Amino acid sequence: MKKQRVVVAMSGGVDSSSAASILCEQGYEVIGITMVLWDYDTSGGNIDNEKSCCSLQGIINARNVCNQLKIPHYTINLKKEFEENIIKYFINEYLGGKTPNPCIRCNTLIKWKYLLSRAEKLGARFIATGHYARITFNNATGRYELRKGADKNKEQSYALWGLTQNALGKTLFPLGEWTKTRVRKYAEMKKLKTEKTSESQDICFIRDNNYKRFLLERMPELENKLKGGKIIGKNGSVIGTHDGYPFYTIGQRKGIGVSIGKPAYIYKIDPIKNEIYIGTKKDISGKSMIVNQCNFISLNKIEKPIKAITKIRYKDPGKLSLISPLPDNRLLVEFIEPANSITPGQSAVFYQNDIVIGGGIIQNPL
Amino acid sequence: MEAIYLDHSATTPVDKRVIKEMLPFFDEKYGNPSSIHLFGREVKTAIEEAREKIAEVINAEPSEIFFTSGGTESDNLAITGTALSMKEKGDHIITSTAEHHAVLDTARFLQKNGFKVTYVPVNKYGIVELEDIKEALTPRTILISIMHINNEVGSINPISEIGEFARENNVLFHTDAVQSFGKEPIDVKKDNIDLLSLSSHKIYGPKGAGALYIKRGVSPEKIIHGGSQEGNRRGGTENVPGIIGLRKAAEICLEEMENERKYLNKLRDYFWEKLQENIPDIYLNGHPKIRLPGILNVSFPGTDSETVLISLDLKGIAASGGSACTSGSIEPSHVLKAMGVSPEIAQSAIRFSLGRENNKEQIDYTVKNLKEIIDYIRKI
Repeated sequence: MKKQRVVVAMSGGVDSSSAASILCEQGYEVIGITMVLWDYDTSGGNIDNEKSCCSLQGIINARNVCNQLKIPHYTINLKKEFEENIIKYFINEYLGGKTPNPCIRCNTLIKWKYLLSRAEKLGARFIATGHYARITFNNATGRYELRKGADKNKEQSYALWGLTQNALGKTLFPLGEWTKTRVRKYAEMKKLKTEKTSESQDICFIRDNNYKRFLLERMPELENKLKGGKIIGKNGSVIGTHDGYPFYTIGQRKGIGVSIGKPAYIYKIDPIKNEIYIGTKKDISGKSMIVNQCNFISLNKIEKPIKAITKIRYKDPGKLSLISPLPDNRLLVEFIEPANSITPGQSAVFYQNDIVIGGGIIQNPL
Repeated sequence: MEAIYLDHSATTPVDKRVIKEMLPFFDEKYGNPSSIHLFGREVKTAIEEAREKIAEVINAEPSEIFFTSGGTESDNLAITGTALSMKEKGDHIITSTAEHHAVLDTARFLQKNGFKVTYVPVNKYGIVELEDIKEALTPRTILISIMHINNEVGSINPISEIGEFARENNVLFHTDAVQSFGKEPIDVKKDNIDLLSLSSHKIYGPKGAGALYIKRGVSPEKIIHGGSQEGNRRGGTENVPGIIGLRKAAEICLEEMENERKYLNKLRDYFWEKLQENIPDIYLNGHPKIRLPGILNVSFPGTDSETVLISLDLKGIAASGGSACTSGSIEPSHVLKAMGVSPEIAQSAIRFSLGRENNKEQIDYTVKNLKEIIDYIRKI
């Protein structure tokens, strides 16, 4: 029988490299592909002072690993798609007073859209990544289900809530049953030439992790336009000024530059008035929120309120909540116990045990 | 079927006859040509013979040939060197939007350092028009740098006209002839060329060897400092085996140029015919007649170059598209952009460049696979 062709998205790191190796062992015809998504010319923040168009080391590592595995490796240029769908969104979200999550959006709109489409054009049956998550098929519902990865600490289902049924049916997660420790040992045993250094950083196109610098380089006019915005205290009085609302995020504690006698948190951002609101820990907790742009995975849609564990950030263990349908693909989420830092722009993902019901984008706390 | 190589404009396999000539210069004739002893002298003689042969190909004098590490270095020496040596006279350079990056990046470097550069457009065939150069000329212009043959689409620029115009206006004329040297007749005297870059590995010679022709009386500033090799124009011990290889490769070209042109013209026409017969809705990029025999640049709307190239590679067929950046990812071709083609055409362009070892059977195999690939991508 002809081997099934799989395109593996390879970053050069230990996870995707191991995924590729495992798929080879499982008898697939594996093609390694590294996406080129941005360059220093347009993103700045060249901390390594690299002369290349983007961060080259990952590509070199991926190529080396493919060489070891005796499989072909290619790079594909998705810079235009990434600029249009991710970077512009990233900027606009901050300008709207929200806190974007570009990685999740990249999964939905780049990897499981453009990369998947390229893979299909290359005759691949599947794409695969090194994510720690599982896909199963439920015969009763006739739907693919996304489940948490076996490694409780590493599992990444939160970042994958945007995957459609079509995408899930064409995806393999070879590391779903693996722990990170086992993957590291495996890569070591196989002597895979992966990057020894740290985990993937926060935002790939902001190498120096300084998104303020990034926004100001993209829009230098922001500096003068927004400088001196008001910081509003709990009683409504102005207690200081700030550099511009996009440079702050809900729940932020450090780097605000005011003192209120207790730990101060940002609990609200008003992009229209360029104001940020400071309060104490209790001000950032909320009992309910509206979530929009929902995608449902284990169910086709939610027709009546159901109970679910809701995660509102990657490392959030999740809180019991009641989720109820609203018009326009939105949900009302009511937490049984208040949740901290409900941050507009971030993702909310709903679980039943280890199954992802679906997810969406936090529109606003109520 | 063995893998098929249709990327000769990127590089070529080294001809066996070339390798044979080079080999003694690794272990038998290993002297440093600058040394006064026997070992050095015999190598020095061989290098001077190489200079004569290169000069013969372009109708230059042997003393006007300076060996370099290749086309890129030659372009850098010609352009940066001239800019530096002429800065008292002027600060303006004319080049075109469809040049190789070796020229474009050098021009940008000079712009960063205070020089002014006019990038004249090319027409829809990728050819520079003399009128545009005339218009760009200023009293401060010191150099016109226009490639002989475009590396992506194969169109031939009117270097004879440009050379004449440059001479009349007392401006130096450089041409990047990396794609044409040994493949198209060039006469630096007749065409009034002052500086000409050429390379070895595009003509079945080794990589890392090339030369710059510098007309007597023209004196670009040195950019690689060190010893006084190459008439004190380029420091560094000569790449002797490379130079010997370049000589032999040039010699073979000189003997076989006419036959090879005929052969490649025929093979390319056959390729194009078969493509048209088998794949609907395809476009030829570049000039249909005024072009290098081996290059066939074709767009397949409804596909993208990257996917087609990867699919071809998975079938063992090597071609290229646009220009690859360091990451290996393909950037949309600046040449096609300069020609003003639609994004649809630019994004789906594939460059096939044929060479002397290609044959009809390989073309048939390529067309068959290409048809399957294009049909599949367009359908999905």
